[in-house]
Amino acid sequence: MRQSNTYIIVFSLILTAVLGGLLSGVSQVLGPTQKKAQDLDTKKQILGAIPAEKAKLGDMSPQEILDRYAEVISSEVADYEGNLVTTNEKGEPLVAENVNIEKNYKKPAEERVYPVFKYRNGSEVAYILPTYGAGLWDAIWGFVALNEDLETIKGVTFSHKGETPGLGARITTDEVQERYQGKSIVENQELVSVTMIKGEGNPPSKLDDTKVDGLAGATLTANGVNAMLLNYLGYYQAYFNKHSANADAMSMNNQ
Amino acid sequence: MSTETLEKPIVKKEAIFSKRRKKFVIDPLSDDNPITIQVLGICSALAVTTQMKPTMVMAISVTMVLILSNLIISLMRNIIPSRVRIIVQLAVVATLVTLVNEVLKAYAFDMYKELSVFIGLIITNCIVMGRLEAFALGNKPYDSMLDGLGSGLGYSWIILTVAFFRELFGSGKVFGYPVFEAIGMDNLATNGLMVSPVGAFMVLGFIIWVQRTKTGYVEH
Repeated sequence: MRQSNTYIIVFSLILTAVLGGLLSGVSQVLGPTQKKAQDLDTKKQILGAIPAEKAKLGDMSPQEILDRYAEVISSEVADYEGNLVTTNEKGEPLVAENVNIEKNYKKPAEERVYPVFKYRNGSEVAYILPTYGAGLWDAIWGFVALNEDLETIKGVTFSHKGETPGLGARITTDEVQERYQGKSIVENQELVSVTMIKGEGNPPSKLDDTKVDGLAGATLTANGVNAMLLNYLGYYQAYFNKHSANADAMSMNNQ
Repeated sequence: MSTETLEKPIVKKEAIFSKRRKKFVIDPLSDDNPITIQVLGICSALAVTTQMKPTMVMAISVTMVLILSNLIISLMRNIIPSRVRIIVQLAVVATLVTLVNEVLKAYAFDMYKELSVFIGLIITNCIVMGRLEAFALGNKPYDSMLDGLGSGLGYSWIILTVAFFRELFGSGKVFGYPVFEAIGMDNLATNGLMVSPVGAFMVLGFIIWVQRTKTGYVEH
């Protein structure tokens, strides 16, 4: 059967309207649930940067994770100069958890905002910093937890969009992330970050406080991780210069 | 007015699972399997099968999309203008896939993060378009749903089998459970080849080999 052009056009229009309406309806209905899921995911990643917390995350219900997060994490947002920012360009209040690191990454470093997540569990204090960079194929990102001395790493979590499974994608495994624990990002009072060296199974003589064992077959991903850490730890120096003393004083007062 | 009823041929009501209908579901499982015989949907069979869990989600999603798109297209088969039918099929499939994606994002965020790229690619999964063109456009809704279910199950068992072997030998696990550790073989080296797409080709090749030895199917 050969239909007229009018029939085809009317049919297409109705189909488009029905399908479009259906999709936007569903997106409206599911929107709040999706936002919650995304929020939980971000908070899981942030808490996951602290090794002791990460070990517990697996057994916790979503509500327990949110409660735990509210208990131990306080957050603020700084700009490139290290000054605190509380509103965005439109004047709306800025929430550190909602800052989109990927969007910020596309701006020049000076115009980005930098969220800081402060972890406090009893007398234990750590700063959790988001990082973002380029791996071999696509984006990589993660959170780095610095100890109170701001010189040693408490823990890291990494994620990636499209690194090679079994090679570069191994940055998401505990085995690789544990290598960073306790490493120093400072050498001779200078920020050097932690470098993942080439090759895997390197003898201890080649590793020191600022170097971790590499990934066999994924040197380019490792280079991406190195650049990401060095960049972002550098961006946060201004914030720490201005605020770490205050933060210490405040914690003293609280005790 | 009353002529309408007269024109309808009197048909004997067919059983819900008549022999003819059972064939729709059973055929694609082996004799007319979408992956091993028709060689459709290979891309996703390679991409998602490194682990059992995401493969399971992918299998369920594809089956759902197949059943629903077959049903919808079959319901509309008499009003779809034949000149734009491919676009119409594409629009329906794309809508369903987007729905699956949105639902996953809301209720299984971890899966969504892992699979969202592949879920989007269900749209281009040849099995879906293939069944719509070959079956749903010319058959009744219920039959079309059975056909979708059959093709979906045929697709599912193949990718689940591939995933089982890839996860077992590639990461030493099944559904994330460390099998080799549990039976006391802690230091068994895993095979990195199985994690890469090459491993999927090999497992798939073995499945096709075994299947064709049994069924005697020969490519002409």
